[in-house]
Amino acid sequence: MLAIVDSGGANIASVRFALERLGVQSELTADPAVIRSAERVILPGVGSASEGMKRLHAKGLVDCVRSLTQPVLGVCLGMQLLFEESEEDGGVQTLGLIPGKVALLPNSPGITVPHMGWNTLLTGRKPALLDGVEPEARFYFVHSYAAPVNAFTVASCTHGTPFSAIVQRGNFSGAQFHPERSGPAGARLLQNFVEGRV
Amino acid sequence: MLARRIIPCLDVRDGRVVKGTQFRDHEDVGDIIELASRYRDEGADELVFYDITASSDGRTVSTEWVTRVARVLDIPFCVAGGIRSLDGARAILHGGADKISINSPALENPALIGELAREFGSQCVVVGIDSRTEDGDWFVKQYTGDPSKTRSTRWRTLDWAVEAQKLGAGEVVLNCMNQDGVRRGYDLVQLKALRALLHIPLVASGGAGEISHFNDVFRLAGVDGALAASVFHKGIIAIPKLKEQLIADGISIRP
Repeated sequence: MLAIVDSGGANIASVRFALERLGVQSELTADPAVIRSAERVILPGVGSASEGMKRLHAKGLVDCVRSLTQPVLGVCLGMQLLFEESEEDGGVQTLGLIPGKVALLPNSPGITVPHMGWNTLLTGRKPALLDGVEPEARFYFVHSYAAPVNAFTVASCTHGTPFSAIVQRGNFSGAQFHPERSGPAGARLLQNFVEGRV
Repeated sequence: MLARRIIPCLDVRDGRVVKGTQFRDHEDVGDIIELASRYRDEGADELVFYDITASSDGRTVSTEWVTRVARVLDIPFCVAGGIRSLDGARAILHGGADKISINSPALENPALIGELAREFGSQCVVVGIDSRTEDGDWFVKQYTGDPSKTRSTRWRTLDWAVEAQKLGAGEVVLNCMNQDGVRRGYDLVQLKALRALLHIPLVASGGAGEISHFNDVFRLAGVDGALAASVFHKGIIAIPKLKEQLIADGISIRP
């Protein structure tokens, strides 16, 4: 069973629908026991990091998510929450599973923030999550804050400055873009995750 | 490099897609799911659904069709029309929409922009602006969904867009009403003037009639996305051919 963590955020329905299109049943849940026993877990999220953490704390899910050992995929804010902290809303401690601090993308002439639209990825050795995805494929991004490129970055993206587009550490993966809204390339990434290619 | 977006806009009335000229005389152009699927398959980067009657009737958007669309689409979409509260926005976003766009309600209550941005994040909050050229300047119009209720506001367009950005809007869609539906090209002067004042994405709306108009609005006005309706609905411009040409012209576009 695949559990979608019900963090109360806004893009939960679209993640569930994307899985449905792949023929994958998922359970939207805030029950730690259900999440712990799931084969795989998706941590979605739209909105601010402080609201996202507040909701996880309120539902008693912080330790639950931190201690998961099965494959976990964070999407958009869900990926940012895997890092140690975010400077959003004056600073907030996040899950601390991947080192680094999420920061506001700087705007400059020709670089609008939020980073909104379809962009390409840069990879070294291609991660299994991108199996079957063309190197020039574009994914849909919509975010103002971004995670730095570090040792756990497996794909980066550049919008004025480079940032982490896909991260991976042990069983935890994250995508800054929205695979559920990224056409066939995004569907393939979700399928790779569901089929254990992480 | 971020791609410039091609955005078909579907005006929705009573669950059907409609299109008028200069906001009047709406004709039925098709079923929502059918058209949404067609545009997805043709390579649209995003879709906007405007419930054009909602604001002027004081109704809110039904979330039933939003969820039907969200099940089918694997590209982002934005819903506009009649969203005037956090609860109304929440229903649409939880229904599966990626963004909500507010226009007349933001003019009634500008603080709504900030409330929505704090609750859902700026990236979900689009402010739509209907702008008309008058006496050499641009002014914001309200309740444009119904010609009998359309009225002027106290806002200059450029001032209102900057105010919306300050309040927390994550994107502005500027609809240049003089150009709407007449297919003579986007209002490059107005769009360029606004582009220079905003650091959030700007989407052009109103005036697309041929492929070169898209090239012009991306190169000369520097907008992030170009929205169009009738040229797509009526098959005057095919999205695959449009994108092919823009790529050949050296514009960053998702194939």
